[in-house]
Amino acid sequence: MEEVPQGCPGTGSAQAGRGASCQGCPNQRLCASGAGAAPDPAIEEIKEKLKTVKHKILVLSGKGGVGKSTFSAHLAHGLAEDENTQVALLDIDICGPSIPKMMGLEGEQVHQSGSGWSPVFLEDNLGVMSVGFLLSSPDDAVIWRGPKKNGMIKQFLRDVDWGEVDYLIVDTPPGTSDEHLSAVQYLSAAHVDGAVIITTPQEVSLQDVRKEISFCHKVKLPIIGVVENMSVFVCPKCKKESQIFPPTTGGAEVLCQDLKIPLLGKVPLDPHIGKSCDKGQSFLIDAPDSPAALAYRGIIQKIQEFCGLHQPKEEHLISS
Amino acid sequence: MGGAGGLSDSDRQWSEEAFSRRTIEEIKEKLKTVKHKILVLSGKGGVGKSTFSAHLAHGLAEDENTQVALLDIDICGPSIPKMMGLEGEQVHQSGSGWSPVFLEDNLGVMSVGFLLSSPDDAVIWRGPKKNGMIKQFLRDVDWGEVDYLIVDTPPGTSDEHLSAVQYLSAAHVDGAVIITTPQEVSLQDVRKEISFCHKVKLPIIGVVENMSVFVCPKCKKESQIFPPTTGGAEVLCQDLKIPLLGKVPLDPHIGKSCDKGQSFLIDAPDSPAALAYRGIIQKIQEFCGLHQPKEEHLISS
Repeated sequence: MEEVPQGCPGTGSAQAGRGASCQGCPNQRLCASGAGAAPDPAIEEIKEKLKTVKHKILVLSGKGGVGKSTFSAHLAHGLAEDENTQVALLDIDICGPSIPKMMGLEGEQVHQSGSGWSPVFLEDNLGVMSVGFLLSSPDDAVIWRGPKKNGMIKQFLRDVDWGEVDYLIVDTPPGTSDEHLSAVQYLSAAHVDGAVIITTPQEVSLQDVRKEISFCHKVKLPIIGVVENMSVFVCPKCKKESQIFPPTTGGAEVLCQDLKIPLLGKVPLDPHIGKSCDKGQSFLIDAPDSPAALAYRGIIQKIQEFCGLHQPKEEHLISS
Repeated sequence: MGGAGGLSDSDRQWSEEAFSRRTIEEIKEKLKTVKHKILVLSGKGGVGKSTFSAHLAHGLAEDENTQVALLDIDICGPSIPKMMGLEGEQVHQSGSGWSPVFLEDNLGVMSVGFLLSSPDDAVIWRGPKKNGMIKQFLRDVDWGEVDYLIVDTPPGTSDEHLSAVQYLSAAHVDGAVIITTPQEVSLQDVRKEISFCHKVKLPIIGVVENMSVFVCPKCKKESQIFPPTTGGAEVLCQDLKIPLLGKVPLDPHIGKSCDKGQSFLIDAPDSPAALAYRGIIQKIQEFCGLHQPKEEHLISS
């Protein structure tokens, strides 16, 4: 609830929506109906729905354009290379959904069945969901305010029939706002393994990452670690290393030391990455021996180790 | 599940309730002393909106007779204070409203960053509260006589963008500068932003393509680090008949200057990137010069 007036009696109070201070408050009708006091039933529904999902990972960054979606897509690709691992990739960036293009799934449509929405399957063991699949055209703008975006995220978490899944990866937009709060709140009863936070080396980026880390602490979301993208560029001709986004304050390395958070890895700039993403292909397949691909694989392995150490507490987890 | 694009009925209803005519008129009155208003937008994050906004402000303010104002409405990730070297500065209130933080006599800046106790404090607000802050920034900041008000925005097409456009709907906005990088993943989001501008009838001044190419300082080889697999901003602008204002190469000096809070135009004035910026700034000035505000009673300095 935002924009509460002075003298707000509290959303759980008997006077909620009925007090003199409630006049004109945008939440008045909601409070008067008693809905403010009860937890959203969707939270339990989502917990039930996601019982078949073993590990849930959020990919976050305070900063835009650091490679969240690129990383989410390739984390999904990397995990799904083992055909016995069931992977699900959920894109909750409602305004700028990049995942369909990056996974080569543009133009695909979502189907509804009795058990809910079916994700779009890239492989038998790799399912994807994004608002991008609900648009008539990839250029359609989704111009929604917070409440409508939250509704979509709730539907994605509650109504998608993921099936038996080992890893659910949730790609997010930049920031610390509606989408992030909603994702964390709706997942609050379902165990989330943790967050991977993406950054680039410069201080302008790290500043936003500290805010994102602060957000994780506030909402009690464990942090798996930090990935530093766009670390260095190696000239293909003369092999000179250039720091295009200079780590003026020590980059992710110093930030992780200061905040005692694991640095999962550093990924160099590589034109192959952008090319593969535009074509909707896996960069791990297109350029498997490149330093960037090797860096990704190292990071993916660390994430798997983290998830392996932190098994879900659910005793009745349905296993495949 | 159809019709996910565009403005929904519930959004329109929300907008009618929340955006009273009175506030919009108040903002129109407040901004009567502002000659030109420019929004810096991008569908995509991390393409250089704030970097561009900061340097557009620096560039325009190099003429000490030009009064420049820079407003940062990125509530969650306010980069402008750091980029302008104004971290730690505080906003003051007076009888006529909030005072912006002045970098120079002719360059004032406002950002939620100035309202935080520490730059690392996270602003974890939902849409309605962000909208309230933007309303205050537009209605309560005492900008004074200003030639150019530059509004830096977060990525996307959501609350902040709708609020800025709706609150400014009675005040004349010259137009939007849209920032992109060359790859298709970025251009895809830019097309959505252009679609947003059309829907809300915001004129488009043009598109800036950042991170176009990188020139190795040792061997001078050009590398396209973010390859324009579908022709980059050039082809997009041709297709959509929108001016391409310029292409800016990658340059480590830019990131360094931004982290230090300095103007890259001063730090590396002869670099190709600085020259590209200056060309773009000039085109924006020409656009604003051609499209004078219709206000007959504009108070001039």
